Order: sequence, then C-alpha cells, then structure tokens
Amino acid sequence: MSDNQSPPAVLSRRGLLKGGAVLSGLVISAYLPPMVSRSFAAGVVKGANLGDNAEKGYGAFVRIDHSGAVTVISPKIEMGQGIQTGIAMMVAEELEVPLSQVTIAEAPPNAALYTDPLLTFQATGGSTSTRYSWEPLRKAGAGARIVLIQAAALRWNVAPSQCRAENGRVLGPNNQSAGYGELVDAAASLPLPADIPLKPISEFKLLGKPARRLDTPNKVNGSAKFTIDLQIPGMLIASTRTCPVSGGKLRDLNNEAGARAIIGVRDIVRLDNAVAVTATNFWACQQALNALEIEWDMGPHAGLDSAQLDKSLFEASAGDGVFAHKAGDIASALKNASSRFEAIYEQPFLSHSPLEPMTCVAHVRADECELWVGCQAPGLAQMGASKVCGLPVEKVVIHNQLIGGGFGRRLESDFIFQAVDIARKLSYPIKLIWSREEDMTHDRYRPHYVDRLNAALDKDLRPVGWEHRIAGASVVAAYLGGLPADGVDFDAVEVAKDPIYTLANLQVRYIRHDPEVIPVSWWRGVGPLRSTYAVECFIDELAHNAKVDPVKYRLGLMQSQPRAQAVLSKAAQLTDWDKPLPAGSGRGVAVAAVFGSFVATVVELEKQGEKGLRIKRLVTVIDCGFANNPTSVAAQMEGGTLFGLSAALFNEILIENGQVQQTNFHQYRQIRMSDAPPVEVHIVESVESPGGVGETGAVPAAAALVNAVYATTGVRERRLPLSRSGYFTV
Amino acid sequence: MQKLMINDVEHELDVPADMPLLWVLRDVMGLTGTKYGCGIAQCGVCTVHLDGHATRSCVLPVSAVAGRKVTTIESIGEQAIGQAVQKAWLEHEVVQCGYCQSGQIMSAVALLTEHPKANDEQIVGAMSGNLCRCATYTRIRAAIKSVSQA
Repeated sequence: MSDNQSPPAVLSRRGLLKGGAVLSGLVISAYLPPMVSRSFAAGVVKGANLGDNAEKGYGAFVRIDHSGAVTVISPKIEMGQGIQTGIAMMVAEELEVPLSQVTIAEAPPNAALYTDPLLTFQATGGSTSTRYSWEPLRKAGAGARIVLIQAAALRWNVAPSQCRAENGRVLGPNNQSAGYGELVDAAASLPLPADIPLKPISEFKLLGKPARRLDTPNKVNGSAKFTIDLQIPGMLIASTRTCPVSGGKLRDLNNEAGARAIIGVRDIVRLDNAVAVTATNFWACQQALNALEIEWDMGPHAGLDSAQLDKSLFEASAGDGVFAHKAGDIASALKNASSRFEAIYEQPFLSHSPLEPMTCVAHVRADECELWVGCQAPGLAQMGASKVCGLPVEKVVIHNQLIGGGFGRRLESDFIFQAVDIARKLSYPIKLIWSREEDMTHDRYRPHYVDRLNAALDKDLRPVGWEHRIAGASVVAAYLGGLPADGVDFDAVEVAKDPIYTLANLQVRYIRHDPEVIPVSWWRGVGPLRSTYAVECFIDELAHNAKVDPVKYRLGLMQSQPRAQAVLSKAAQLTDWDKPLPAGSGRGVAVAAVFGSFVATVVELEKQGEKGLRIKRLVTVIDCGFANNPTSVAAQMEGGTLFGLSAALFNEILIENGQVQQTNFHQYRQIRMSDAPPVEVHIVESVESPGGVGETGAVPAAAALVNAVYATTGVRERRLPLSRSGYFTV
Repeated sequence: MQKLMINDVEHELDVPADMPLLWVLRDVMGLTGTKYGCGIAQCGVCTVHLDGHATRSCVLPVSAVAGRKVTTIESIGEQAIGQAVQKAWLEHEVVQCGYCQSGQIMSAVALLTEHPKANDEQIVGAMSGNLCRCATYTRIRAAIKSVSQA
C-alpha cells in the first residue's frame, strides 16, 4: 500500500489550507461544456455523484502542512503521460514554491470535486488532462498564494500589496519573512477572492521549461509500487479463468481435489462466468487453474468467427445509417461531378495489452469494500463495485495507484468488479492478477471499422463533394449505455465531420453495427485516430489521383486552418519533402487537428529484400499550444507515434468459435527497438491554450505509414494491419 | 529447500523446484521490482541478471539458479554501471508508465557490462527483447548511448 493515499498522520484538519473545494466549484461551473452530446453523457453518468470523501481531510487540489510541505491532490492518474508533474508545475508556478517542495496525492472518487467537464465525469483520458487542469489548477495555486499573503499582511499589519510570495515564503516590506507553514492556519480561515488573476506567460518561471518528472526516480530502482506490487496484511494472490466466449457461463468444475493439492492453494471460488483460485503465489494459482477441469456453457456466441463478423460489418457499411453531418447537396455534387473517387478502408479489432495486466487488490468486509487499484475512472469503478458487493457507494473506498500502462483499458472496471465478486466471498484481502492470456483474450477491444469514402471531383480533380460512411461498434454506447437521440456515436465521427479541409457538400453517415460477441471500448487515439486513418489515406489517394504532390494538395484545401498548415509545412521542410528520395524509398505524410492540438507526421520507408520494407525515418511536428512541460510533450509524441505504428504494422484480434485467438505477445506482436528508428519531434512554439498530447501522437501514424507504403511500392493498402500483406515481417 | 544467492545474500527457501524465479522473487521474497508481463519470455519485463547475464526470470525454474548469482533491479544501483544507467534514465527522461523499465535497465546494464562502448547495432541487438508499450525506445537508445560514449 502506498503511503500517499491518505493524508499523512501528522496533518490535522486544522492544519490544512482549505478553500480548494470552493475554488473547484467556481471553476468547474465556468467550464460547462456546450455540446449536446456531452450533456447527454453527463446525464448518463450523473449517478456518479458520490458524496464527499473530502471529509477525510482533502482540500480539492492543494494542501499545505505546518512544515510548508505542499501536497497537490491530482484529479488525474499517472500512467506515464507525465500529467502529475504537469499539474504540480501549474500549482507550483502560481503558489511560488519550488517543484521539489511538491508531492502528489491521488484524488479519491468525488464527482463534485474532480469531474472533468471535458469528459463529464472523473476520469483520465481523451487527452483532456492538461486542457482541463490549465485554469483550475493554476487558480488553486494562485488562490492559496493570495490568502497566504493576506495572512502575512494581517500579521505584519501591512497591506497585502506590500508583500510578495517567493520560494515558499511571504516577504514583507520591512524584511519580514514567514514560511507558508507558519501562515496556513490563519490563511485557511480567510475567504478566497472571487477573482483570482493568473500570471501572464511572460512571467512563468516553471511552466514552459523542461522539468524532470516527479514520479520517475522510484521507477528506475524498482521501488515504485504498481497495483500488482502491493502487499496488504493477510492478502492472498488470486487469478481467474473466465469463459473464453463472452456471454458464456461456468457450468461445472471437476478435479477440485487435484487443484487443492497444489502447495500454497487456499480457495477455489466459482463465479457466474469464471473460476478463481487463491493461493500464496501467482504460480500456484496458475497450476491450480490448469489442474481444474472446467466445463463451460459457451453461450449463444460460440459459433462466431472473424469471417462472419467481417462480412456482416462490410455489408452493413453500405447502408445509410444516420446523419452525423449534412451540408450542401452531396447527391447532386456526385451527379454533376467531373469524376468520382471511391475507397473503402478497414481497421481491425485491437487489444490494449498494457504490460501490467489487469490487477486489483480488494478487501470486502461486512461494512466496507476497500480497493487498491490503478484505474482511469475511479467514480465509475466505485459505483459498479458497490453494486457487486451490495454495500452503499460511500462504503466503497478506492485508493488509486500508479498505472502500468493504460491506453484506455483502465477506463473499464470489469476486472475490478471481478475482484470484488471474488473478495466478497472470502474473509481475507486478495490481489487479483490476470495472466497475460486472460488479459489479451478478455479485453474490451477497439472496434473493427469500415469507412467508405466517395468524393465528387471537379475537372482539376479536387473534391467538390465528400461522402463518408463510418460503420462499426459504438464505443460511446458500450461505455455510457446508449447513444444520444440522433443515434450518432459522437466519438467515432470526430475529425470526419469536422475535417481540417474545406469540403463543400460534406456528408457523414454513422452506421452502428455492434458485434455480437466482442465487448468494445476506448483505445488510445479514440475516435479521432480511427477517422484520421480513413480521411488522411483518402486525401492522399485523391492527391495521387490528381498527380499533385500530397503536401501541396492538402495545403490547397486547408486555407482556413493556419495551425494545421503550419505543422504540415514544417514536417515537409524537416524531411526535405521536395527533394526526391532514391529509388526503393518513399515518404508518407498525415496531418490532423485533434484534442486541441495540431500534428503532422512523416514516415520514410525503404525497401528491404524482395517485398520487405523498413522504417528509415520518423518525424512528427506538434503544435499543442503552450507546451506546459516540453519534455513530456516530446516523450508523448515519440511514444504515441510508435504506439500507432505498432498496431498499424502488426495488430489484429481475430475470433474463432467465439473466442479471441491471440493469447500472448508471440501472436500479438508489439513494436520493438529493432523495428523503428528514433522519433524526431519538433514542438511548435506557441502561447495558445494548451492542447492534449497523450492521444495525439498516435493519431496520424497509421495513415502516414500507409501513404509511405504507396510512395515506396506503388501499392495502395487500405486494410490494417500491414502485416497482412507481408511487408513487415518478424 | 532451494538455496539461492539473491543480491549477494544467501537464502534458503521452501519453494517447489519448478516454480519460476520471477514468482519466488515477487511473491515469496517480496522483491516486486522485477515485473510480470507475459510469462513466456516475450516481453522482458522480468529481466534479472544470472551471473551478470540478462535472463528472463518468468521461464526460469528456481532450481536452475542454485549456486548462481541472481541480481535484481533492487540492487543494480550498487554497481557502477547500474548507477550510471539509472542516472542516464533520469537525465534522458526515459520513463513513461515505468512498468517495463526495471527490465529495460537490467538489459542495458548487462549490455554495457559486456560492451562498455556499445554501438547502435549492439544496443538494438541487446534491447529488442524488451517491450515497452509506451514505446520509450527513442530515449532508451539515447540514454544507453550517453553511457557508452561517456
């Protein structure tokens, strides 16, 4: 159990600097999102209002103890994106404390305090964290500084304007000096001003400059604790086998005696659709699960396979679905076009496969359910856990933990509910660890999508009409329990309905087609990634169709998007785009405006042997507005680019007999150091409001790669992954 | 009883002979810096040193390490190269989620111990068995090079 989950014992409630809760209420109301779809989402998750764990001593965002130590309560979980350091920088900048004086605590589930209005619930995802935090967290720091200065001014009987804050102290006009720790009691009783001015960018000391991450020193010596590393007194390890077909049930269990004979095994627990074994160690759990003879009722989906799923989605994709966007008159544009261009793109089911498999520590007692788990949506986890164990929501305590890879997987709580379901039948705490095989075959997958595009072209082969059909399972419906009244999955159609290109007669249709057997969910890059793949491949095809350079063709259609133009032009410049490459080499590009940021990526390939290709160079240009911590921005772009390429090169989840066929990394290959060169990142200097970078890097990667394959080989690939075509082999 | 030498300390443990070293380290000894990722030697997050060589502990029966020296991430900082690699990892801000980094560091230290002036090809050769889903490879290369070129 990590110590940063509850307030240090030395802190008394009186010693805390309060006021944050008031502040967050004020700021959140200023952020109410205007979008109808978001309001709908808010309605669906409204039940997540969970009372106030702040009673345990939390201010909303900032606590200062009598020693002057500053704790920032992070509403966002750290999963490698560096957000907690970014948030600490925002507070420290305005509070006038050195970053080294700040420690981070995880926020408990509390919808009133920690709802992210961009997401409408308390969660980490969608590249919203920096955008959300930028104002409230700086205001939290500034508000605290203002009342600390007021407290000092009262003590010294001077005007607050005669005092200033510096380095964790307030300095007065006559060489007075008081540390924040001495002032917190007095400051806590002062009201926050209604107006909290923020520093202009020109006065920033920390923000905008590369900062070392606060969480990394413990991650290079093995001492950082992820959920899988936690030890709770009396705890045993648990592991499960869940029915290999979604919707199936546990029918019977034999050879329990054989399983119990394995040294270290304690209990065998039957669940509705799974069996769990508890033991002193994970190895014994696996041995016992192997020894059990499990009979499954595979349920109604045991006959399904990928060929059937592909066929039914492909057929559905030709339908009309519902309008996500309708401008002008596409029918007459197509009818009057000088020519037309059509293409169909396919993207497969994908697993998340973070390296820390799904893991949750659970202790269910008569009056409380206590969970230690790294999760991206703690409020939803808490609500669902309450249903599983039958205790009121406020009796479910969640201690959020460092996450060993999220990528969207830990927005889901299925594994947490399974841990609670096991623990409620046992008198001791358990640490449920899924084997890699369980993790990969019981993921919530990124859906398989078919995108059909049809352009009406003028005599210069430029688009004068654009029809885009998007077919696939609805992640929004799966996550929120339904779609808005218009029937549109607002995530799946992002980018497609707001393209960076000026397109007359734009029509986007959404065709919901949920697979019968495969649960789906958010995957890094989410909707903008899936639509960018189709749009950026299609525009590239149109450019080649027009025999115009793909960069020039794009620039000609994006006059209303200066920032997108700038990143594209910069990427072209950095890669000497205008200079031809030697025979056997080629470049591809893709550009996107997503998550409040602008990104362009160039992939350079060269032929290797008969049909092989090798990635020779990767360049990505990011304009994320003001780069809060440039080091984290660069790191996210490097990793995101390779994350996107990894899936585009190698990954596809396939189904046979209703069961996922990829069980481990030998069948679900990930990009390795040998597969790609270093990623070159260029960050555009900007003073615009910060945009997101966690999802952004992954977004253009696949399209840039596929466009590079065309430039290199003359073959237009439209279906991912490229390993299907044999260019990139092990 | 299995006799083990872990991080220069001798241990005598009552564990089955076929139990992989990974689970002895994690669940019996509480040395959780070494991680579980795949259980089939595909991802490298379980990398430890066996007599100084990088080895995947998830497929290594504990009986196979009797009489040999096991080093884990918890003590790698006691070696000069280990310390240099940890420092380089922080200076180059390699880490994202961090889950694979124990294994990455163990592989890097083994490489630099054998080839103190490791070149690009040797780096790629030694490190390509270690997966990173955050894909921090760009910075891992740079960090290793900063040590090999020091």
